Amino acid sequence: MKWLLVGIIVGATTIGEVLQAMGMRRHGEIRDFRPGAIGRMLSTLAGNWMVVASVVAMAVSFFAYLGLLTVAPLSFAVPATAITYVFETALAKYVLKERVSWLRWAGASLVIFGVALVSA
Amino acid sequence: MTAAGPIINETARLRWKTWGCAAVVVASNVCGNYFLKSGMPAELRTPLDYITVLFRPTVTLGVLLLILWLASRMALLSWADLSYVLPVTSIGYVLVAVAGRVFLHEQVSAKRWMGIVLIMLGVALVSGGTAPQTYSHQTARGDER
Repeated sequence: MKWLLVGIIVGATTIGEVLQAMGMRRHGEIRDFRPGAIGRMLSTLAGNWMVVASVVAMAVSFFAYLGLLTVAPLSFAVPATAITYVFETALAKYVLKERVSWLRWAGASLVIFGVALVSA
Repeated sequence: MTAAGPIINETARLRWKTWGCAAVVVASNVCGNYFLKSGMPAELRTPLDYITVLFRPTVTLGVLLLILWLASRMALLSWADLSYVLPVTSIGYVLVAVAGRVFLHEQVSAKRWMGIVLIMLGVALVSGGTAPQTYSHQTARGDER
């Protein structure tokens, strides 16, 4: 049960976060943080299917996470779902076409090993 | 010389904006998860339990903080790379481990402290060594140093 929930969380989070990054990049850099501008931004984003789909995927991930927290401690739940880093960094390079330099891979690798140790 | 000024200012502006927004992302995530966990009952049996639990005050606060987390993360991703945001915001894992130790009295072993050190090194490498944005204006901002 524990690992099934981890699987659902990892799949939904990876899809959700990559779609979120794609959708927000399409929207462009947010420069105005005043309430009116944020309201207008939200209505624009509601018509951005990638952002909407990402919210749905993250909601799935969130409820699976709520379920996981009832069967496992926070110190298991958070690190166990960190495998998403591998998938998301690879997708950032090949789908989002980001320039993932050796420093970024090194940093991401340290984080993944660190998270594995933290969960052990 | 005249062109270098605006480029440096733009790079610095983006870096500070990124760090400020990343701080909000991390703080809202760590506090949100903490309140969620502390308000959670021992077991959720029926689908209805998943809804009613949202009306416990600490769980509500946790959910509100996670909504702030989602919004600030979306704002951050509107200009910063996903492959930058992921490692940099992972400093949250360190804070979660510390919060678990301090508030929930969870065990933090030597192995776990090692993990915390590795995460912090990874965050330092990515945030100090690479620019937040590489997918556009590549000619103005290099990723490699």
